[in-house]
Amino acid sequence: MLGKTAGGLFWMYRYLERAENTARLIEAGQRIALTRLEAGDAEWTSILQAGGVKSAFDEEYEAVTRDAAVDWMLRAKANPSSVLSCIEAARHNARLVRTALTGEVWGATNAAYMKIREMLARKVSERDLPEVLREVRQHTSLVRGMTHGTMLRNEIYDFVRLGTFLERADNTARILDVKYYVLLPSVSAVGTSLDNVQWETILRAVSARGGFRMEYGAGGGPAEITEFLVLNKRMPRSLAFCIGKLRSNLSYLHRGVEGQLPSMAMVDHLERQYLSHDIAAVFERGLHEFIEDILGQLGQIARQVEIDFRFYE
Amino acid sequence: MGEKPVFDEMWGQDETLREPYQGFHDWFAEEDISRLRAKQREAEEIFRLTGITFNVYGRAEAEERLIPFDIIPRIISGHEWTKLSRGIEQRVRAINAFLHDIYHNREIVKAGRLPEEMISGNEAYLPQMIGVQPPGGVYTHIVGIDLVRTGPGEFFVLEDNARTPSGVSYMLENRETMLQMFPELFSRNRVRPVQNYPIDLRRSLAACAPNMTTDKPVVAVLTPGIYNSAYYEHAFLADQMGVELVEGHDLRVIDGRVAMRTTRGYTPVDVLYRRVDDEFLDPLNFNPDSALGIPGIMDVYRAGGITIANAPGTGISDDKAIYSYMPDIVEFYTGERPLLQNVPTWRCSEPDDLAYVLDNLPDLVVKEVHGSGGYGMLIGPTASKKEIAAFRDKLKARPGNYIAQPTLSLSTVPIFARSGLSPRHVDLRPFVLVSPEGVKITPGGLTRVALKKGSLVVNSSQGGGTKDTWVLEE
Repeated sequence: MLGKTAGGLFWMYRYLERAENTARLIEAGQRIALTRLEAGDAEWTSILQAGGVKSAFDEEYEAVTRDAAVDWMLRAKANPSSVLSCIEAARHNARLVRTALTGEVWGATNAAYMKIREMLARKVSERDLPEVLREVRQHTSLVRGMTHGTMLRNEIYDFVRLGTFLERADNTARILDVKYYVLLPSVSAVGTSLDNVQWETILRAVSARGGFRMEYGAGGGPAEITEFLVLNKRMPRSLAFCIGKLRSNLSYLHRGVEGQLPSMAMVDHLERQYLSHDIAAVFERGLHEFIEDILGQLGQIARQVEIDFRFYE
Repeated sequence: MGEKPVFDEMWGQDETLREPYQGFHDWFAEEDISRLRAKQREAEEIFRLTGITFNVYGRAEAEERLIPFDIIPRIISGHEWTKLSRGIEQRVRAINAFLHDIYHNREIVKAGRLPEEMISGNEAYLPQMIGVQPPGGVYTHIVGIDLVRTGPGEFFVLEDNARTPSGVSYMLENRETMLQMFPELFSRNRVRPVQNYPIDLRRSLAACAPNMTTDKPVVAVLTPGIYNSAYYEHAFLADQMGVELVEGHDLRVIDGRVAMRTTRGYTPVDVLYRRVDDEFLDPLNFNPDSALGIPGIMDVYRAGGITIANAPGTGISDDKAIYSYMPDIVEFYTGERPLLQNVPTWRCSEPDDLAYVLDNLPDLVVKEVHGSGGYGMLIGPTASKKEIAAFRDKLKARPGNYIAQPTLSLSTVPIFARSGLSPRHVDLRPFVLVSPEGVKITPGGLTRVALKKGSLVVNSSQGGGTKDTWVLEE
């Protein structure tokens, strides 16, 4: 297959995943805002930081408010990671790789684009926000479902999965980092009921509340939640799960090729160094530093995949 | 012309239902208008969701638009089609022979049937093609002949599209949409299928592979890119054929072959169905500023390392100045009388013709020799005095740039209008594939319809729509 097509697929699914995860991030922010007691918009600063869009936001706005933050993440054209920008970019890439997709996948992508663009044509009120976020998640899920149900399991599918899981790992790490930012100003709150509510919000933001209860029963605190989102190999949004998928899809792509793929070596390294210890080791190192390291390595892996599979040259 | 009543393909000239429309007529009589209205909206929704759009030229932000689709089929009887396709095949064979001749021995010039300056003075003529033997001997792999009709058996060729004819995706998607919306219509009428076109196209292209091809021929579609007005069609055809859709920067000349960059390195391409104009094909041989082409592809082509479809330099055969010689061309190469008529054409480059044209502007259609898409033309009968005066000046300034034709009384076909069926003017573009194995014409084609009442301009850029085109079993 063409290197360009591989690149288009990789980015199409990265953008779809990012649109969904940005929606989740906004949802997490909204929940934290609704469950905290003191006034202010502090959590939106951390949401923007976790989304990696804080510095661009600061160039546009004087101060962080709920309305500005939500609008920036939802529909700002100047923000390449806003839900609207992501959906447009996903559809642009889908057109580029139209020949690699089934008609159903293309149709679902185009429908997602039309619906979401329409919903985000105007500012979204707080009252309408839950419905809009739900629609975003449903439409992106529909594309994923069509992909799962209709696409041949060949090279094309491997690049789809690489894009999906690279982006998802990146996003889960960022959502987990929200907790770090939120916790910073109120170390005294550790272990309080407020703290637990916020941790639960993190779980909700990755649709993991039910799964967590299945694994840990009624108990479980911050350490268990972190363990679940970082190390659990059955949780489909955990770092270990996503990075395991990167490894398996790279190994399918690697079949019949001589020598070691540099990107594969980097994934191996990431798994060995960061995901083969217990959660105590993670906290010992510091959760924030741990996440920063992983984000950096994911970025390097993405660049190496571009080179290994000749996306651009 | 214009005195006798317009020929309607459903009702003829005397309000008698024509035979091919019998089955449709019975069905329509039982239909509820409001249901059909809903169906018309549904069709639009299908097109929008499928993304069957064209990009509008010259807009800052690439805008995607739908070409309006009309749900009433245009129906041609099997008998009419058989006659028509004989004429088309004859014409396409003549075009290929003509192209071979003008790039080799120029027998037609030696015989005094075509002035030499019509060739060497033509912008579409490519000296780089002199003496080149295209693989399989085919120049025009894909042709779209534009036809208009004026009476029961009267078809005229308006234009031979021998460069990169577009619109075939509409032929296929229109049929697909109709099958989804009105399955019962297809059980009542025996409509010949068009769906084999992509497979026929792939076979036809593969049959023209160069001798260097060692394995199964690798075919690819070359597009100028996602912002091109016909990008949808390029992607659609590549998808339907199951081949790669490439852009210039995916290709590179390596070891005397044109190769595409895959995830595992460069793989040679045997047949390139290019939807990029000659001029942009190769910056080393043609326009040096082209970013769409592949540097050196013409050298590979001349050495027999790749098939380019259509061959470079075919544009001369669909040029409007050459068009007026087509009856001679057909006769010269086939030794037969042309089965399809040409529209009478005045060449403004010739003083007598020019004088006649200037005297009769209000009755004529005047076209630019190299124009397309319905731009830069004058339609005398509908133009204002001021427009005619302005055009007269342009014509006098560069007479060689224009040809003129009488305004034909184009046939009409009903469309689904607000109040029910209402006649509109149409043309027809059947699609023809040429390979060493023969000439293949898909039964059907693209019917373009002028949606504005009385309008003769069917171009999509000027408010035209499309229809599903049926050819019935004999």
